[in-house]
Amino acid sequence: MEVFVQTLVAGVLKGGLYALIGIGMTLIMGVMGIINLAHGQMMMVAMYLTYVLFHYLGIDPYMALFVSMPSLFLLGMFIQRFLLNPLMKVESILPENQVLMTVGIAMVLTEIARFIFTSNYLSVQTSYSTKAWYVGEISFSAALCVAFAFAALLSAGLFGFLVKTDLGRSIRAVSQDNEAAQLMGIDSERIKIITMGIGAALVAAAGTLLLPIYYLFPDIGGPFTRKAFVITILGGLGSTVGAIFGGVTLGLAEAFGATYIGMDYEDMVGLIIFILVLLFLPGGFKRLTKV
Amino acid sequence: MKNHLGPLAFLLVLIAFPLAVRDPYYQHLMILVLMWVAIGSGWNLIAGFTGQVSFGDAAFFGTGAYTAGLLAHKLGMSAWWGLGLGGIFAVIIAFPFGWICFRLRGAYFALATLALNEVMRHTATIWESLTEGMVGILIMQTFVSKIPYYYIALAIAVVSLISVQVVMSSRWGYYFVSIREDQDAAESIGIDTHYYKMVSLCLAAYLTGLAGSLYMNYMGFIDPTIVFSLHDISIMAILVGIVGGVGTVYGPAVGAFIMVAVSEVFRTGGFGLLEKLTAATGSPVMVLVTKYIKEAHVLTFGLLVIFVILFLPNGVVGGWRKSRRSH
Repeated sequence: MEVFVQTLVAGVLKGGLYALIGIGMTLIMGVMGIINLAHGQMMMVAMYLTYVLFHYLGIDPYMALFVSMPSLFLLGMFIQRFLLNPLMKVESILPENQVLMTVGIAMVLTEIARFIFTSNYLSVQTSYSTKAWYVGEISFSAALCVAFAFAALLSAGLFGFLVKTDLGRSIRAVSQDNEAAQLMGIDSERIKIITMGIGAALVAAAGTLLLPIYYLFPDIGGPFTRKAFVITILGGLGSTVGAIFGGVTLGLAEAFGATYIGMDYEDMVGLIIFILVLLFLPGGFKRLTKV
Repeated sequence: MKNHLGPLAFLLVLIAFPLAVRDPYYQHLMILVLMWVAIGSGWNLIAGFTGQVSFGDAAFFGTGAYTAGLLAHKLGMSAWWGLGLGGIFAVIIAFPFGWICFRLRGAYFALATLALNEVMRHTATIWESLTEGMVGILIMQTFVSKIPYYYIALAIAVVSLISVQVVMSSRWGYYFVSIREDQDAAESIGIDTHYYKMVSLCLAAYLTGLAGSLYMNYMGFIDPTIVFSLHDISIMAILVGIVGGVGTVYGPAVGAFIMVAVSEVFRTGGFGLLEKLTAATGSPVMVLVTKYIKEAHVLTFGLLVIFVILFLPNGVVGGWRKSRRSH
């Protein structure tokens, strides 16, 4: 029973971070209509930024959030402005050009990181990296709890932004119907640039929060990109609420898979869920909740 | 017939190639080019003509390679049986996959192929009792000389080009293109889109699996990270297709040549030219440049993806046709 509850706790806490990754992806998905296959790699860039700040300047990873999020916001805007938006005007046979472009960006980001930092595993050791709180026999990793709290805070903030502000409404409008939004006087190219920036900033937050309890190497982006699209498919494409459920579900599934089936299968679990969702619940949780 | 004169002349050159060029290194490169012609043709059939972009060609390639490898390794048969069976096993993987995933459209189908790629790689890694996992499979190559492999690869490349040509000038070809252009419209005029997408996928998987079993026979060693590689196989297949020309029969042949040449130039530092320059000039700058260029071959690959999509979205063959038409 303790193993079960412990797994449950670990899964939910990890799921909070996954939700943060998934929300960024689903926002981009909704507004741009593409899957951003460089999502995990943007997270990797944020993690290296955090590492550099900690290692050379001694800045705490939680303070580094204030650097990594704006930096990735700019990187995301740059990518959208100069690499993805021009593609809309290029006449080509295949409409998947933009997705392929994100694959190219992902490769370039990974290799630049390998160039600078080599392929070695790096980690950030803080005083709270291995600290844990105990409730009975169940341990709560301190870093994961803080990360979960941050993730909840950021998601709540994002919801406020999307629902209350003018810019947030414009983003939702473009995601619902791009052409209609343009007719209402919304500059959809600008909205796309901003959305990409927000998505990148969210995944940057996830990366920075994850670093104290994780390790870092250039190829870490790939697995997280895959997790992100599993979450997005699971939650329903373009659905922010769905992404939160999707993230927590994936966290739980991975935790239970690792505990009860075997560590080798942790990565497989996500892909199996992906296929099961396609088979039995195309449209994801969005179809059940209609949000 | 007139349209085929150019390719036929080129085929004669290719037949004479190993007799003229004795250097095994260049023969090796040409074998790779011919293998990529087959993979590129497969990708072009499902993605370029039918419009269902695949990000997971490595799944079929690896299946073909493992079929050949396991026949030799587990059953003690000749790995050449794999040439017959590799493509068939790739189709056996492709069939249920397509059945399920063709309900997805566009980018989501592309994602599903990516997932298939990952599932196959994980399976090959974890299922050690069958595939030996990360240890890989090593078989003895049949021939010492590269020339027999060259002609087999040439035959496979020619067969794939001819089959694409035949399919695309038949009724099926028009169905494929109509699905790419507008699936709903195709459905509404009575084309069973699901069925024809399956046909296209299975043909593509067969060609890719065939190339995979050739790879096993030729290289003699495979492991999951080599044959199920996302970057080295799946993305390379897309590049071969796009650089050459999406939706053109001979595009993949041109693309394969360019892509193998480009990746080889960077992998070897300009065929060792940079090293010679370094030795000649003796400057430490050149040593650094050579080292970085060799290290950066994946980076250049990524940059190439970006530039090709931005500036050459319809490839060399497609772009050339277009510019000729506009004059």
